[in-house]
Amino acid sequence: MYAQMVDTGAKRVRAAEEMDADERAFQERIDRGVKIEPKDFMPEHYRKTLIRQISQHAHSEIVGQLPEGNWVTRAPTLKRKAILLAKIQDEAGHGLYLYSAAETLGISRDQMLADLHSGKAKYSSIFNYPTLSWADIGAIGWLVDGAAIMNQIPLCRCSFGPYARAMTRVCKEESFHQRQGYDIMIALCRGTPEQKAMAQDALNRWWWPVVMMFGPPDEQSVHSAQSAQWKIKLFSNDELRQRFVDQTVPQAEYLGLSIPDQALKWNAQRGHYDFGQPDWNEFFEVIKGNGPCNRDRLATRVKAAADGAWFREALVAHAAKHQAPQAQKAA
Amino acid sequence: MDAAKPAAPFEYLLRLGDNALVLSQRLSEWCGKGPALEEDMALTNVALDLIGQARLWLSYAGELDSAGAGRSEDELAFLRDAGEFRNLLLVEQPNGSYADTLMRQFLFDAWHALALRELAASADPRVAEIAAKAQKEVAYHLRRSSDLVVRLGDGTEKSRAMMQAALEQLWPYTGEMFQGDALDRDAAASGAGFDPAGLRAPWLDYVGEVLAEATLKQPPAEAWMHSGGKQGRHTEKLGFLLAEMQFLQRAYPGARW
Amino acid sequence: MSSEWPLWEVFIRSQHGLAHKHVGSLHAPDAEMAVNNARDVYTRRNEGVSIWVVRSADITASSPGDKAPLFDPARSKVYRHPTFFPMPEEVKNI
Repeated sequence: MYAQMVDTGAKRVRAAEEMDADERAFQERIDRGVKIEPKDFMPEHYRKTLIRQISQHAHSEIVGQLPEGNWVTRAPTLKRKAILLAKIQDEAGHGLYLYSAAETLGISRDQMLADLHSGKAKYSSIFNYPTLSWADIGAIGWLVDGAAIMNQIPLCRCSFGPYARAMTRVCKEESFHQRQGYDIMIALCRGTPEQKAMAQDALNRWWWPVVMMFGPPDEQSVHSAQSAQWKIKLFSNDELRQRFVDQTVPQAEYLGLSIPDQALKWNAQRGHYDFGQPDWNEFFEVIKGNGPCNRDRLATRVKAAADGAWFREALVAHAAKHQAPQAQKAA
Repeated sequence: MDAAKPAAPFEYLLRLGDNALVLSQRLSEWCGKGPALEEDMALTNVALDLIGQARLWLSYAGELDSAGAGRSEDELAFLRDAGEFRNLLLVEQPNGSYADTLMRQFLFDAWHALALRELAASADPRVAEIAAKAQKEVAYHLRRSSDLVVRLGDGTEKSRAMMQAALEQLWPYTGEMFQGDALDRDAAASGAGFDPAGLRAPWLDYVGEVLAEATLKQPPAEAWMHSGGKQGRHTEKLGFLLAEMQFLQRAYPGARW
Repeated sequence: MSSEWPLWEVFIRSQHGLAHKHVGSLHAPDAEMAVNNARDVYTRRNEGVSIWVVRSADITASSPGDKAPLFDPARSKVYRHPTFFPMPEEVKNI
């Protein structure tokens, strides 16, 4: 997902009797569905985990602009160009909302960005794959945004107020993203044989990376259990993955495209599709920095930040020189 | 077309549409790489406005296109070669640093706002309608680019130097905005268009005021100026911009997207 | 000098005449740019007709520890809510 394998600092999930009074009261609030707000008491591990999770999510939005931005100057029609540009802009906005949510936990956006640029903080593995044709833009909207939405809708109900509110806004705005991707796929699949081949090739290349996006099976993971107890992770990776596959297979069938998984088969008994295992070795290599685009993506962001430093500094300098309030009085 | 209401000539509409199209293409090159998140989003809003305007102008131009018998906005955008583009040289200049991009934007916005004010009073009702819509968008573009020019000019030593260099680099491309030709004269005479020379004084006034507040030194108004974009003689830069922008339509002729 | 722009809270009044509502935060170097940025970040979908911005650092918030004294007393003042006064069914428009 946009936040993958988030470390909670927990060795095991503790029972209520092992918690001190504050922590127990905190956990009881979460259990009752009361939101935790920035000034409320929270265990240090909860705070740190949230910073890791929200900032990873924000970094994914920001880095996620790049694979799509790769085609914005080559979009095939003016309408497609405008839609794609608006979508990428939304992603910048989502990054901004999420950074703001994390900032309420006492970390600055500059600090989070510094952690991204130094390689300390991670972003989703999916954005380290290249966009090689226009069909990849369709595939990203359809599959990547489709997968992201599965994870983000439950997060609107997560325990931390600012995060839940940011996700509510994100989900509202994201509703058109998946559709615009699928709409690109429909046009390609109804187009020339070359276009249809382009669409199939995109699905072939994006399918497994998207299946991996949900992260490795985590039923046994102590971090997932801790995050579930804190209500900042609401479904297991495999639950979401299953849901994604179930939802996507009929959509691929409608397009007349085939999903590149020999093991994919409807299981009437389970009422779900069975499907194959991705190459988890590839996933861990991408996470480590060895994906096809890791270096390019990070270098692009680092360069953008460095090239913009003079701009940010100059505006601060100007504001310092002209302290007098310029804005109109509230009306 | 109603004979009593003059229609703007095809080529005249191309000039308006191509300015918006080429500049929006340049701005979209920044996508995801701006100097701050908020700025990235703001610049994208400008690009989106300009794409919208380009579509309106080019669609209308396509309807009036006697040669191509009704070319669509996309045929006009993606299937003309550089020599058929009618945009100002200023808007095709490369992005350079963010200082260059902002200065280009400011110099163009200041002209664009004045031009749209004229066009909003066009005798061609479609032109007037498109211009009235664009006018509101461009009023904000100008406010934003002016705000930033003032702040970056009067910011740090480094930012002033960068803005001054950008200004001097781009200044020779501003003269073209006020040079009228036969097409401009015909459009002005019919009431569909305006005389560009008339915008020069108010443009110099406005730009001069902002540059002064920005503590930047305005190059001489009488400096030597490049021209030719409006007639289809462009700089070397436009060909590359089009090669990138038009790639899919050229590589897969006849495909629908 | 730190080049980090200060954080601002953004309040937007929608077209429906409701009060300004907190919509989120952003970074900006000064108040005027904060209004510009708020327009570009938070009104992309036609959400607003008026924007307020205020520096986050200038907001004084109630502390969670005061929750009981600040808000619990209001709970006992049910007479402030119209449903406290049952009206005879035959009386209309009240």
